[in-house]
Amino acid sequence: MSLTPDQVRKVASLARLQMDDARIDEYTRELSGILDMVAALEAAPTVAVAPMAHPLDLHARLRPDEVTESNLREAFQAIAPAVADGVYLVPKVIE
Amino acid sequence: MHDLSLREIAQGLAQGNFSAAELSQHFLQRIAHHDVRLNSLVTVNAQAALTDAAKCAKGDGALAGVPLIHKDIFCTRGIKTSCGSRMLDNFVPPYDATAVAKLSAAGVITLGKSNMDEFAMGSSNETSFYGPVKNPWDESRVPGGSSGGSAAAVAAGLAPAATGTDTGGSIRQPAALCGVTGLKPTYGRVSRYGMIAFASSLDQAGCFARSAQDCAALLQVMAGFDTRDSTSMNEPVPDYLAALSGVIKGLKIGLPKEYFAEGLEPGTRAAVDTAIAELKALGAEIKEISLPNTHLAVPTYYVLAPAEASSNLARFDGVRYGYRCENPESLEDLYQRSRGEGFGREVQRRIMVGAYVLSAGYYDAYYLQAQKTRRLITQDFRAAFDEVDIIAGPTTQAPAFKLGDKLHDPVSMYLNDIYTIPANLAGLPGISVPAGFVGGLPVGLQLLAPWLQEGALLNTAHAYQQVTDWHTQQPPGFA
Repeated sequence: MSLTPDQVRKVASLARLQMDDARIDEYTRELSGILDMVAALEAAPTVAVAPMAHPLDLHARLRPDEVTESNLREAFQAIAPAVADGVYLVPKVIE
Repeated sequence: MHDLSLREIAQGLAQGNFSAAELSQHFLQRIAHHDVRLNSLVTVNAQAALTDAAKCAKGDGALAGVPLIHKDIFCTRGIKTSCGSRMLDNFVPPYDATAVAKLSAAGVITLGKSNMDEFAMGSSNETSFYGPVKNPWDESRVPGGSSGGSAAAVAAGLAPAATGTDTGGSIRQPAALCGVTGLKPTYGRVSRYGMIAFASSLDQAGCFARSAQDCAALLQVMAGFDTRDSTSMNEPVPDYLAALSGVIKGLKIGLPKEYFAEGLEPGTRAAVDTAIAELKALGAEIKEISLPNTHLAVPTYYVLAPAEASSNLARFDGVRYGYRCENPESLEDLYQRSRGEGFGREVQRRIMVGAYVLSAGYYDAYYLQAQKTRRLITQDFRAAFDEVDIIAGPTTQAPAFKLGDKLHDPVSMYLNDIYTIPANLAGLPGISVPAGFVGGLPVGLQLLAPWLQEGALLNTAHAYQQVTDWHTQQPPGFA
């Protein structure tokens, strides 16, 4: 499956990965190669087969709606790039 | 002291032949002396290790005083946890992974954090931000990946035990290439809480040691239900050491014909054939079986794993932890450059593959289809385990390749995992044990068991290790 550089740019944008133009051709080639390899799945006999999300078909467990954890914001924010007054700082979003 | 088994360590400590501090010091000295050649560790935890070892009292836990290395994918409170990536080069977790906590409670001494392929994506330990790990058997060759650091460290006698993770073979394959024993338990057997996620339906924590018996001792501590992991299995943990009778008379072992077909290097095949003959001599019944959808395993994995990775790695955005780019001009710029600069090439490749196969218009053809082929592959195993108790075959197609050999072509690297990936897709437990050498390079025998049958799996490996000594061999130059 051959991707175009524009498709790669679009996917990079979806994945929030800055893409240098210098890298586009290389990634286009590599991703196309990978998609060629997975194309083998197309021919697989899956008409009556249910998808499998978990190797043992288990489902996410529920638990009682009770508070079991404590507030560790200070510990968690101690390793953040930029915090103030308990919030994480990022470039301004709203003008 | 560095070729002692975990049992011999326990005996030595109990008899006062050496103290826990002396034991840890011995390994720390070996690390200081040898690791410059191997680059197997990202962080050495010397001071804290010696402090902990000094405090260690006899019988403090099942693994009291045992020096151990953790793959740098497990969160260790207060100790840098990089996941082999620039993205987490500055990350010091405020908590311990459950597997780490359990091993600490059992008395292990954490010597350090091992190097690994970035975010566990790789089969050669060449994608790490901290540089490649070298194979102690031949330093011009790869140790395998992604748990290359853990495998190399145990092989070189830098620690008697190490943790690892296995998503597509990342414990079993490096174990095979480095000549050590590596165990991947059933999916859900060991908690994934605190284990940095790559592909959530495939990842599993496991261990490296010099024998199946030692792996049994480690699994005994690591296994168990954890309320903090929603995929953790709520099943009792049996006594794995008690299961090691060494008797496999009458055990039915299946050899999948698809694992002995073209692509398997002749020397590797010969070693595995000899290993199978040993199992037969022990009384096992050997029969040929078929896993007809084997050819779909690698393509299935390289749709599902990148898809899950693209979702899991979305959390690395420069906001709450990890790498942040300098002078971001906008929120978008913050995300794009933190991720573009923080992630290496292979990680970016896989995130993009994942984003693509999940995107509108492609989801059905790729992701949904791969979930279906996953079921076909799993059904093959169910049918096989109706006929046999254990499945055996080579762990890899060939011994360790040279550094740089497969970096030019991602797909050629991916095909390395052809024998290991199916067990991850099916959630089965698997082990690789040393089974010989080809041109001085280790070869691994892989055994697979049905879900939650780690006892039978470890016992088969243990029986083999009672009549062979491949697992006791040490790389020259690391004596």
